[in-house]
Amino acid sequence: MKRYYQPEIETASREEILKIQNEKIVKQVKYVYDNVPYYRNLMDQKGVSPDDIRSVDDIKKLPFLTKDDLREAYPYGLLGTDLKNCVRIHSTSGTTGKRVVAFYTQHDIDIWEDCCARAIVAAGGDDEDVCQVCYGYGLFTGGSGLHGGSHKVGCLTLPMSSGNTDRQIQFMMDMQATILCCTPSYAAFIGETLAEKGYKPEDNKLKAGIFGAEPWTEEMRAEIEKSLGIKAYDIYGLTETSGPGVAFECEAQKGMHINEDHFYAEVIDPDTGEVLPEGSKGELVFTSLDKEGFPLLRYRTKDICILSREKCSCGRTHVKMTKPLGRSDDMMIIRGVNVFPSQIETVLLKEGYTPNYQIVVDRKNNTDTFDIYVEFPKEMFSDKISEMQNREQDLKAAMRSMLGIGPKIHLVAPKTIQRSEGKAVRVIDKRKLHD
Amino acid sequence: MAITQLSAFLENTAGTLYDAVSAITDAGVNIRALSVADTKDFGILRIIVSDIEKTKEALDDNTIISETSVIAVKMNDQAGALKNILKILKEDNVNIEYTYAFTGSMQGGAYVVLRVDDIDEGEAVLSRNGIITLSDEDMTGFLA
Repeated sequence: MKRYYQPEIETASREEILKIQNEKIVKQVKYVYDNVPYYRNLMDQKGVSPDDIRSVDDIKKLPFLTKDDLREAYPYGLLGTDLKNCVRIHSTSGTTGKRVVAFYTQHDIDIWEDCCARAIVAAGGDDEDVCQVCYGYGLFTGGSGLHGGSHKVGCLTLPMSSGNTDRQIQFMMDMQATILCCTPSYAAFIGETLAEKGYKPEDNKLKAGIFGAEPWTEEMRAEIEKSLGIKAYDIYGLTETSGPGVAFECEAQKGMHINEDHFYAEVIDPDTGEVLPEGSKGELVFTSLDKEGFPLLRYRTKDICILSREKCSCGRTHVKMTKPLGRSDDMMIIRGVNVFPSQIETVLLKEGYTPNYQIVVDRKNNTDTFDIYVEFPKEMFSDKISEMQNREQDLKAAMRSMLGIGPKIHLVAPKTIQRSEGKAVRVIDKRKLHD
Repeated sequence: MAITQLSAFLENTAGTLYDAVSAITDAGVNIRALSVADTKDFGILRIIVSDIEKTKEALDDNTIISETSVIAVKMNDQAGALKNILKILKEDNVNIEYTYAFTGSMQGGAYVVLRVDDIDEGEAVLSRNGIITLSDEDMTGFLA
């Protein structure tokens, strides 16, 4: 069995990795400066020219990119090459306002799929394996990314996409799937469903799972590993950087190796923007090193984590990141979907409600529950139950269309949502995902 | 002649109905008829009261309350009386949203409250068939 998908680079010495990074960053910055006017302006404003960037140590001189920049530059402002050179688009679920659209050339797809292939091999995968991909296919990056990685490794790929659990289980059993790729909450759900159908963990052929796109805990890992009889591996990524596979867990299951030959990681103080030394907790910032379609320099992920260069027992030399330990903004990840309170506010105002609301997120039986309590406006009141229920349903549909997932709506009386010091507590997250 | 029903939004939690009824009672208002429609999260309290203004004042500012025109019909408190009224409405295709009944202080009298789509049409149909509907004044009168 192969231990690494690309052993030379995955186990390269620190010096070799630095050499590759230094060569790539000089080219990438020049490429962005020449091809992306939006970022050229940012650099000019900061008084930085491509000549100032000679190594990764100089990356700290570059301006940051945030989701606001992505929104301002939507849709083509950060495109790095002619559309005719691009072969695919992926997008985040969010609203028009928050939606991220990323462009890929064939080269970008290739490096992305390499990254996913590294994750699959790190989870013990090779060409003997049957890899069941039940991340969503489509605009979402999860399905395509792992699918491509699975092809590269040579696994027999089951392109299931998400949902239809009965069919998932039927294929898993009949095709003897050995690797499962999905969100951790869906993996837990499959585990429960298998048990309900009377299967024991040893009845399936699964040996590993690659789970990402939402935060999960060590407790959840233990539960999934027990219910499916597998080893469960974390995978990290975001549409802005390509998708899953930016970082992945190895057999040590202690932090995720960042694919440093393609992505340069920094941890910064989210308030000052200052780069923090290794081992500090801060906001994760990524710089792409060899992207063509959507090259982002110093993109602020808003994910809080810690980087570590401690020697890893797996033999890989790439820097490791902890699971995200929180967010530096108010984004929530609910059932794998990014949700901002501001989106909820937008829908409420558009639908004629007051912006007095409270979001309660919890995790029951390993599935996120998502409830929104809304103060019902006087003007919309009706003495007919049917009309009131229609209003509730309309609001739910509007939320679903904006967020991509449907919350449970609770209509409450005006001024009943708790306000502390005049400011309402908008989000109550009971999931305890971060220590 | 239509009468005025007060409709109030109540959260479906313990004590909300008590709080509303208690406030109304403390204001010296008599609740003549009452019905509650409920869902999992909230309920709609519908009441006919002896004093609408006092009731509105008595409920706290945060209570959503609206006035709804409904038809109140006086019947004999005997088998078949309600059936007769419903038959009249059915034959003229008047749709009833909801209804509830109460008995009056008058011996042998019963009353039914009808919330229909088109109140004018509903009243016209009933009146054409010789059914007497009550006015707000009637309600106040027999409650005094």
